[in-house]
Amino acid sequence: MTNRTYQLETVSCPSCIAKIEGMLKKTGGISSSEVLFNSSRVKVIFDESAVTSEEIRAKIEKLGYKVLSDK
Amino acid sequence: MMKMTKGQIVLISGILAAASFVLKEMIGYEKITILLMLATTVIAGAPVFRKAMGALRYRIVGIDALVTIAVTGAVIIGEYWEAAAVTFLFMLGDYLESRTIEKTRSSIKALLDMAPEKAKVRRNGTETEINPEDVVKGDFVVVRPGEKIPVDGTVVEGSAYINQAAITGESIPISRSVDETVFSGTVIESGYLVVRADRIGEDTTFARILQMVEDAQDKKAKTQKFLEKFSRYYTPAIIILSIALFLATNDLVLALTLLVIACPGALVISTPVSIVAGIGNGAKHGILVKGGEIMEKLGAVKVVAFDKTGTLTVGKPSVTRVEPVGMSEDELLRIAAVGESYSEHPLGKAIISTATKKLGPINETLEDAEIFSGHGLRFSLGGKTYFIGNRKLFTDNGISVDGHESYMQSEERKGQTAVIVGTGEGVCGIISIADTVRSDARSLVLDLESRGISRIVMLTGDNGRAAEAIAGETGIREFYSELLPEDKVRVLSGLRERYGIIAMVGDGVNDAPALASSDLGIAVGGAGKDIAMETADVVLLSEEIKKLSYAVGLSRATVRNMKQNIIFALLVAAFLLAGVLAKTVNLSFGMLVHEVSVLLVILNAIRLLGYGESKKPGTVQSGEREIAGEKL
Repeated sequence: MTNRTYQLETVSCPSCIAKIEGMLKKTGGISSSEVLFNSSRVKVIFDESAVTSEEIRAKIEKLGYKVLSDK
Repeated sequence: MMKMTKGQIVLISGILAAASFVLKEMIGYEKITILLMLATTVIAGAPVFRKAMGALRYRIVGIDALVTIAVTGAVIIGEYWEAAAVTFLFMLGDYLESRTIEKTRSSIKALLDMAPEKAKVRRNGTETEINPEDVVKGDFVVVRPGEKIPVDGTVVEGSAYINQAAITGESIPISRSVDETVFSGTVIESGYLVVRADRIGEDTTFARILQMVEDAQDKKAKTQKFLEKFSRYYTPAIIILSIALFLATNDLVLALTLLVIACPGALVISTPVSIVAGIGNGAKHGILVKGGEIMEKLGAVKVVAFDKTGTLTVGKPSVTRVEPVGMSEDELLRIAAVGESYSEHPLGKAIISTATKKLGPINETLEDAEIFSGHGLRFSLGGKTYFIGNRKLFTDNGISVDGHESYMQSEERKGQTAVIVGTGEGVCGIISIADTVRSDARSLVLDLESRGISRIVMLTGDNGRAAEAIAGETGIREFYSELLPEDKVRVLSGLRERYGIIAMVGDGVNDAPALASSDLGIAVGGAGKDIAMETADVVLLSEEIKKLSYAVGLSRATVRNMKQNIIFALLVAAFLLAGVLAKTVNLSFGMLVHEVSVLLVILNAIRLLGYGESKKPGTVQSGEREIAGEKL
């Protein structure tokens, strides 16, 4: 299991959170995810063999939220 | 498609919208007018449409979907101006919201900016400048005036005045010299220090505070959790309602308007923006509030329980009198110091420091020792068994202290703690130790009372007379003494049952179980104390206990701010709904009011950042003070 945090550009609407969370929930290989509104961060715990960090990053960006950094 | 920033989209669609509006007024709905309106809709609407589609793939219907449906509908029925205005206003609102929301987070950002950026280390006699992350434990770091200390460490050379605002929120410089500890992120105002790095990078107190503040802002308040649940069902419900309205009235414009105005933006945002501004304000003043729920609870506290030693008092007790029985004063101190070297108790530290000051370093080690929590300890030295502790320790072990009772009582009446040293046969001497009350403890008690918290109690493991002396000095009327750690937990739960939400204030080192078992654990002087920072719900980073009153005030202001936002958002929603049904609110006006309401909610939260700025932090206005006077 890998634990990663993605820093997004300022998230201004709470409905964005529902969107990102819903997307991550429906993505295979992710065991838990949390979108933090105030700090604009996404914390994801995932199985590296099923999904890569790059893929998660791309999926978040595809929803329209720029990922500034991850660690 | 070319990439435009949010700002550019807003600017271009704004110019187009303005141009089309002028044309509409001057020449009416000519081809060119409609073309400009459609261009506005496409440019401003494209990002909204993309987001809506992206979300729809995961079967999530958000505000973007509502706006997309409404705009598409408006274009189909020929309401081009409405479509252009709605998309432009939505983008403008979105842009302004992310700009202003950034502001509510500015206090926390400011804290992040205080992180040290460079470190000068002395390795093999030469000084090099490196990245703070590259410092290793044990490195010698050189810091000069105006520079930030990049590590937590111990001073090995020099002396300086340090501004610790980054950690404690207190900008009055303090003096530090050899053997004293300094924190990363603090700034040297004058002087010069060489610091041995004890903790580096993410282990430093400063980095941990940052991490906790970052985490705290997203620990949701109860209100927030409720609102989020609410909005999850709200959006789909509105879509169904709109369809129903359309089927019933056959009025598409009405149905579309309902879609747009029903976005719950202001309501959902009402709580998190207030919380983040409140937590940010606290962090700036050296108060760490760990999350929204705690922020809500802090202001509603009914009982405040204080630990005595290290909380109401400075916590650095010192030996005031040594009364030996049948041995020399030095001998008594030496035996006591050897025994106390086994304990972590603050009273023990006082004995050791007095003994080393008088007799030089004490190198003897004890042979065997056992601690009786809350009573004292038994140890063997030079083949003899000694006891050191309070009355209970001696009576429990069948040693009579009766002959010394009157001496001890007279000491205790003066607020001294009498530590008895003895063997199985009898008392060898009594050491009097006293601690001083914090200078701001009394005014804190007054402030809390004036804020309507009338139940203020003190809990201590110390004896009744010492407790009474401190209680008298601080103005606390209710106190519980001679408590063991588990007794404190019991007393706390009793108080909670009778009076409601209880906050326990401690120094976080000796009273971790009490902090953890109360509704709110508040640690004073938390900087540098790991357990305190981890277990407490609220950490007062500086040693200034008076900040507690400020924290309570801040919590109340935050909750008030949150309530204002929620009520305002609900009123706007009700007004819009009524307006739509009465057909006085059209699509673009609905969007305008909606966006303005979101902005107002954010602006209201920003006001919280200024809490406590106009008056001196921690003080109560004179009017409130008078009420306190009456109560007393």
